[in-house]
Amino acid sequence: MTEKSGADILIETLIEQGVDTIFGYPGGAVLPIYDAIFQHPKIKHVLVRHEAGAAHAAEGYARSTGKPGVVLVTSGPGATNAVTGIADAFLDSIPLVVLTGQVATNLIGSDAFQEADTVGITRHCSKHNYLVKDPAHLANVVREAFAIATTGRPGPVVIDIPKNVQVATADAARPKSNASPRYVPAGEADFATINKAVELLANAKAPILYTGGGVINSGPAASELLRELAELTGAPVTSTLMGLGAYPAKGEAWLGMLGMHGTYEANMAMNQCDVMLCLGARFDDRVTGRLDAFSPDSIKIHVDIDRSSINKTVAVDLPIVADVGAAMKQMINIWKSRKYKAQDLSEWWARIKGWRAIECLNYPSKDTEIMPQYAIERLYELTKDKNPIITTEVGQHQMWAAQHFHFDDPNKWLTSGGLGTMGYGMPAAIGAQMGNPDALVIDIAGEASIQMNIQEMGTATQYRLPIKIFILNNEWMGMVRQWQELTYEGRYSSSYSDSLPDFVRLAESYGWKGIRCDDPAKLDDAIAEMIAYDGPVMFDCRVTKAANCFPMIPSGAAHTEMLLHSDEVSGTMDDEAKALV
Amino acid sequence: MHIKQEQSERHVLTLMVDNESGTLARVAGMFTSRGYNIDSLTVADISEDHAVSRITIVTNGPPPVIDQIIAQCERLVPVHKVTDLTEAGPHVERELALVKVAGDGDKRVEAMRLADIYRARVIDATVRSFIFEITGSPEKIDTFVALMREVGLVEVARTGVAGLMRGAELS
Repeated sequence: MTEKSGADILIETLIEQGVDTIFGYPGGAVLPIYDAIFQHPKIKHVLVRHEAGAAHAAEGYARSTGKPGVVLVTSGPGATNAVTGIADAFLDSIPLVVLTGQVATNLIGSDAFQEADTVGITRHCSKHNYLVKDPAHLANVVREAFAIATTGRPGPVVIDIPKNVQVATADAARPKSNASPRYVPAGEADFATINKAVELLANAKAPILYTGGGVINSGPAASELLRELAELTGAPVTSTLMGLGAYPAKGEAWLGMLGMHGTYEANMAMNQCDVMLCLGARFDDRVTGRLDAFSPDSIKIHVDIDRSSINKTVAVDLPIVADVGAAMKQMINIWKSRKYKAQDLSEWWARIKGWRAIECLNYPSKDTEIMPQYAIERLYELTKDKNPIITTEVGQHQMWAAQHFHFDDPNKWLTSGGLGTMGYGMPAAIGAQMGNPDALVIDIAGEASIQMNIQEMGTATQYRLPIKIFILNNEWMGMVRQWQELTYEGRYSSSYSDSLPDFVRLAESYGWKGIRCDDPAKLDDAIAEMIAYDGPVMFDCRVTKAANCFPMIPSGAAHTEMLLHSDEVSGTMDDEAKALV
Repeated sequence: MHIKQEQSERHVLTLMVDNESGTLARVAGMFTSRGYNIDSLTVADISEDHAVSRITIVTNGPPPVIDQIIAQCERLVPVHKVTDLTEAGPHVERELALVKVAGDGDKRVEAMRLADIYRARVIDATVRSFIFEITGSPEKIDTFVALMREVGLVEVARTGVAGLMRGAELS
């Protein structure tokens, strides 16, 4: 019998689970764990500058590598600062294991120094959480936490560990839990249901594949299967924000992103299709537009690993609770073995061609100022050969990046889709660069969002991470300003980015390279300079100030009621529409 | 603009859950955080090894919301099984209430008479008061409590509904 401290048991179990990188910040209630890390050089600890940065960095690491991200923070403010990242990972289904320190068990509930009810606070923004009161339970809790975080619909799991449990000892040679696991995620679907889905697809005159982050979460194989399924069925493919890259943007069947800032062709095809196959997406309000006008005449098939995503907002005709990769494999097998043939879809494609001809992503070009869309286009053209990993903050720049940067592979696009967390992009880029040391990692940012976790510049400096921050600086919280223009007759309440720092000098003060550009003619050279620099770069790209992001489905409108240009904007909206998100 | 209300149905759900700290908070809090209603909730450890508890929840909502409630309950790691008794068919529902009545003269006699009709038992008596114990369907208890209001009701404690499927099978 070997007695070991809770902290040692924790670190050894993390190593057993394949953890090699932890994003964290020390503090009183995790000192024993930090001491154990000191003595276990196998684990690389990345010291962030704020716990929110740790959680987002772990998300970026997880999303770009497919492995779970691990966070270590102290009790009280350490844990509460990490909550936004935990909630973000919960909505975007990102596997995280978050270790939080807690005051000693005998002090819990006494309002001790740096005490917060972490399990209470995180209960409804995590997939599961634990308060471990005995080091003897720690190893099995950690093992179960990794299983829960990474299987089924992935998500964040929080383990709250009181300080005395880190110090106290227990028998470290306890056998692994052999009890049957209580958490059993869905796998394959039954044959009859899949067969029905295939039959519907094969008989469709106007099918569409509506894909989401679930395809990416299912692993790279699922993205391959999606390509094959699209080929077999001949159906066009659209994707949510979270699913970009699962189907290649260069693929012939690609319609672009759908939803509020999706393409005209994607939204029109969703509206007019006769069979919709939803793969690992969840009919989010940003995707559906007004619900009673959402794809009114289609038969809807929904594959999701999480039963609660099915029929949540849109009633579907054929629900399939399964891993989306497994279900696609079954569909392809049935399609091939039963020799199904797709219908003649030429008429459907002709209609799509008509919608594409609108060229909804066109924007007015300018010679004297950099249009934000142009900046993204050039960034894409000049970096695409390096197959970069792109992270974003939240707002107009995020939507422009989704529209004008094109992804051909999964795990290259890291963005806060569900929670919409400003400040996500730079720490996520740090996490992605830690997990992919040789990749070109670019955070496409706005000048407002970037300030939300700007302190993480120090982290990139410390770990020599050559991340690039490409700021579309229009001196506005652009999306807020755009909504105020569209909905509140241009009353720009608190949306101006006043008192901005000099981003170039800020970069230099952290030992980064700073680049500024406001001339379209010089943009290519400036971007080339950024890519060529072997270290972190902050690029202050001064863009046109009041550009709006189009196309746009206004709040409360249907897919068929897209705004394509600024001149269609009325400046007001009724209360029903205002109240919608 | 006014907030719209939807038509609701009453459903009795029974959940088999791990008997560990935080499970009740997780289930009850999920109802609050997603805007679902809890009319009553009971929970007790029911297995020989104290590993499993049964939670009985009476909730209400439009049918698609009830379906979501069940799916969201099933999504919680410590929840093993959810049965919608209302949907599943014949079942029994029982609730226990303690009803304290005070008074004298005719009211005291009438309280005793009504208790007898409703098969409520006297479990405490003073010269001025009774506590009745009554079990039955929630409707029966509602009616009994309403009657007691007429004859000197002081206070009521109710357990909330416990329910099981009829027949030999597990709920």
